[in-house]
Amino acid sequence: MKQVSFLTVFLALFGAVCLTVVPSGSPFAADTIKLGVAGAHTGDLASYGLPTVKAAELVVKEVNAKGGILGKQIELLVEDDVCKPEVATNTAMKLVSQKVNVVIGHICSGATKAALGIYKDAKIIVISPSATNPDLTQSGQYPNFYRTIASDDAQARLEVDFAIGRLKVKKIAVLHDKGDYGKGLAEYAKKFIEESKKATVVLFEGITPGAVDYSAVVQKIKRNGAEAVIYGGYHPEASLIVSQMRKKNMKTLFISDDGVKDDTFIKVAGKYAEGVYATGPKDVSKNPPAVAANETHKKAYGSDPGAFFLNGYAAAQAILAAIQKAGSTDYAAIGKALQTESVETPLGRIKFDKRGDAIGVGFSMYQVRKGVYGEVK
Amino acid sequence: MKILSEFRKSFFISLWFMFLTFPILVIRVNTIEKIVEWRWRNMAFIGIGSFLLSFVWRYLLASKERVRKRAEAGEGEEVKPISQRVLDEPWVYRPALVAVGLFALAFPFLFSSYQTNIMTTALMYVMLGLGLNIVVGLAGLLDLGYVAFYAVGAYSYALLNYHFGLGFWAVLPVGALIGAFFGILLGFPVLRLRGDYLAIVTLGFGEIIRLILENWNEFSFGPSGIANIPRPGLFGLKLSLHEATVYLYFLMVALCLFTIFVVNRLRDSRIGRAWIALREDEVACQAMGIDKTKTKLTAFALGATWAGMVGVIFAAKTTFINPASFTFLESAMILSIVVLGGMGSIVGVILGALILILSPEYLRAFSAYRMLLFGMTMVLMMVFRPQGIVTNVRRIYKYRERETDGKPLQA
Amino acid sequence: MDYFLELLLGGLTRGSIYALIALGYTMVYGIIELINFAHGEIYMIGAFTALIAASVLTMSGMTGLSVLVLATVVAVLYASAYGFTVEKIAYKPLRQAPRLSPLISAIGMSIFLQNYVLLAQTSDFLPFPNLIPALPFMEPYSQLMGSTELVIVLTTAVATVVLTLFIKFTKIGKAMRATAQDRSMAMLTGVNVNRVISNTFIIGSALAAIGGVLIASHVGRINFYIGFIAGIKAFTAAVLGGIGSIPGAVLGGLVLGWTESFATGYVSSDYEDVFAFCLLVLILIFRPAGLLGRSTAQKV
Repeated sequence: MKQVSFLTVFLALFGAVCLTVVPSGSPFAADTIKLGVAGAHTGDLASYGLPTVKAAELVVKEVNAKGGILGKQIELLVEDDVCKPEVATNTAMKLVSQKVNVVIGHICSGATKAALGIYKDAKIIVISPSATNPDLTQSGQYPNFYRTIASDDAQARLEVDFAIGRLKVKKIAVLHDKGDYGKGLAEYAKKFIEESKKATVVLFEGITPGAVDYSAVVQKIKRNGAEAVIYGGYHPEASLIVSQMRKKNMKTLFISDDGVKDDTFIKVAGKYAEGVYATGPKDVSKNPPAVAANETHKKAYGSDPGAFFLNGYAAAQAILAAIQKAGSTDYAAIGKALQTESVETPLGRIKFDKRGDAIGVGFSMYQVRKGVYGEVK
Repeated sequence: MKILSEFRKSFFISLWFMFLTFPILVIRVNTIEKIVEWRWRNMAFIGIGSFLLSFVWRYLLASKERVRKRAEAGEGEEVKPISQRVLDEPWVYRPALVAVGLFALAFPFLFSSYQTNIMTTALMYVMLGLGLNIVVGLAGLLDLGYVAFYAVGAYSYALLNYHFGLGFWAVLPVGALIGAFFGILLGFPVLRLRGDYLAIVTLGFGEIIRLILENWNEFSFGPSGIANIPRPGLFGLKLSLHEATVYLYFLMVALCLFTIFVVNRLRDSRIGRAWIALREDEVACQAMGIDKTKTKLTAFALGATWAGMVGVIFAAKTTFINPASFTFLESAMILSIVVLGGMGSIVGVILGALILILSPEYLRAFSAYRMLLFGMTMVLMMVFRPQGIVTNVRRIYKYRERETDGKPLQA
Repeated sequence: MDYFLELLLGGLTRGSIYALIALGYTMVYGIIELINFAHGEIYMIGAFTALIAASVLTMSGMTGLSVLVLATVVAVLYASAYGFTVEKIAYKPLRQAPRLSPLISAIGMSIFLQNYVLLAQTSDFLPFPNLIPALPFMEPYSQLMGSTELVIVLTTAVATVVLTLFIKFTKIGKAMRATAQDRSMAMLTGVNVNRVISNTFIIGSALAAIGGVLIASHVGRINFYIGFIAGIKAFTAAVLGGIGSIPGAVLGGLVLGWTESFATGYVSSDYEDVFAFCLLVLILIFRPAGLLGRSTAQKV
């Protein structure tokens, strides 16, 4: 029997699979308002991106049930960018070619930066629930960008003011995880400390995320006599540093950011988490809209919402309300509506300033007391 | 009975797999929430799946053995597979080439700019694959840090543009040169290393470059990367996004054709043959008078040149670069393209790049399983088809005794 | 002086961690000249299995040292099983193939196992309970070195000694040495080469699993990616010390651990990885076979 060549079989199979799986057009009628949701939906950062998708789904379901916006139904276009800039540009192009009207996303600052240029050229408003890099609004290069979370320099400001003003420490060690978010925060913290002239930065270093052991850095902190550590980064490294510090009987105070203000940090660090400070979005969990949003999530998905859920919910509500107020999906009109009209959201009554930051959304300091994060007034 | 013993073998194999995957697939532990979840359905899947697959596996392995034994015993000539013979006929491959060419030219006008963008990415990886093919496929030097040259090219454009305002066309040759320079830089320390040591040092080199880019903020802006890198210009015209995408696509096609041409010519040149000799047997190569040092360095340098150029294009295409795009996984990806496509074969590398890059985009439905399938494909391809998709048929000159009715040839 | 001592001990712990995993790499390389990229993932699977076992046991009410022992036993059992299976699927069919094929297969297996655990479990970091009991006599020294660190260092030392004795004085050890020296000759003298190779993988994976349990207890958290990071470091350590040599793996691990520790302590934590890799490149320039490696003569 003549063996059919491997190559032919392979190519035939591949072609067949491609033809059957290539996505076809959308099932909706042509007359809808397209809301894109872009972020990390698979991979290791999916837990930061998926709650925003759920928030968008819930908001859109509610709005569609009430008749939609401007008489049209809202269609969700969910695309994954695994928080990588090059994939984010592809995702942005895909959404643009699908004629999306507005976009909620992206989740990571790097990916957002990469994609914004494409949205800017296509005159599409982008509203992010979690991209905190200050340059995105402060550089002025992205007039189409808005966000429902305060930027990193506000966090750093709060941490430094708290350390110097409330905790009255004079020697601070600033650490970061060499990542975009962590290092950016740490640099702002360093700048603010030096500007204040009331404390000194005794150590400014980056640690390697994922290393097995940070005892060398911990020893360095001890040697330099730091009274407090300000750390920019995420909870896995933070919990390890805190545990190793406490195991060596170091009483150094630990202040960190909203990457650490996460219940997972407490669960992972266990008893060593006690006393750790972290900044996080203002506690709005008692707000009636926030309570309602959380309830809706629990009813629909059977679990508590994840990271940035309320921010995503607010973003969706704000952008849809802006389209309603603007009376169209025109870029300039929506922008004006976002800046002039306030919207009632789980984060409070917010509107946006000229640069794109949300007015009415800020940070507070929290501390781990008896195993739970509590706001420090 | 043979069938019964086969059944028994598969049965035990399926039991083994059920045992093996029991903790990780069946039990799901969440120490954060302090819950333990039991998923017995997965065990059933594994049991049935491994039972059936073990038959397929053993059959494929057996057929591979048969082919190998036949080749070893020297039975029958090396019959080229039917598709290769068909493709060799000029009246087949000339029109096919023309058709592919026309399709490539018309592509951006038939599909959206999103599809064009993806195709441009695929072409970039074709070029990267061809560059690595020089180092790994032709010269046999196992390079696991190829992504370093890619990063160097991208950052050279970003930084030269940021500090000196140089445009894309000015930096493209510069990027190539800088890539070549770094290639030689890598080549020097590894001249004496063989095989796996070479692999780990090149891997280390790739990581060193990435770490320096990440940490030396004053030079490279660290993890926040460099944004707003301008796209290639066309005589100073301001292009819209769609036009720029199409322009970049045609640019990539032209560069790819250029690369294919150069690599083809290189392969048949003196230096190309020196590389192949180096790959086959280093000591014999040296004994024949080929300068090992020069050959290795040119291999690294020329391979790195292409990576440098593609790096410049990458920076121009995504307009934002940061060190996180240049990890070891990228090197592994490019290496897979070369190996899975068929080492040393240009058509194979092109096919490999197209398949490996286009599939994740078109099969977005499976995106959660993407890396899993990728890993599995690598293993399966190596086990069942180590020569890659397209075999690199070496040019063999064979002496054939001409049959003139039994009489030997006249002296 | 105190500071130096602390860095020294910290580096010792780190180095022991790398050495424990590097032993597996070096053993496999010595036998079949393959860089087993999937070894890091076996370590990770060992840690995950231990976590699962420990959680199930704790939920059924067991506490104390018995949890550590049982979890380790289960982890070792499963890691060895995985190592054995990986060898049979991904490496055995490629024994006659050129160098590059098993390497790619190993990389593919590594990616496969990472994503297998990611999809089957979770992408989050899971806290790992500290199963190692606090040894009371270490209390006064807790500033310098804790109980977990001591256990790790001791385990590495014991494992190295046991392994060296095993290879030198037992029959299986002799078979391993023979296979490493010349596979075809070993087959001719009656050594069951397939079994020897499987045994090597089993022993290497068992060591990795023990390492996984100890290190996870020390660090306190695991996720699907720890194998990759630890693997690269351990692999660097093995090559540094001379791949194929068991004392080389330990020496390489210690050298790497100390380099990183002192680089962090006296220079900066930013560049500790760069230092480690530069060290590797330097050593390989001057001793191409690693610190304790044997340079084999190349025959034409």
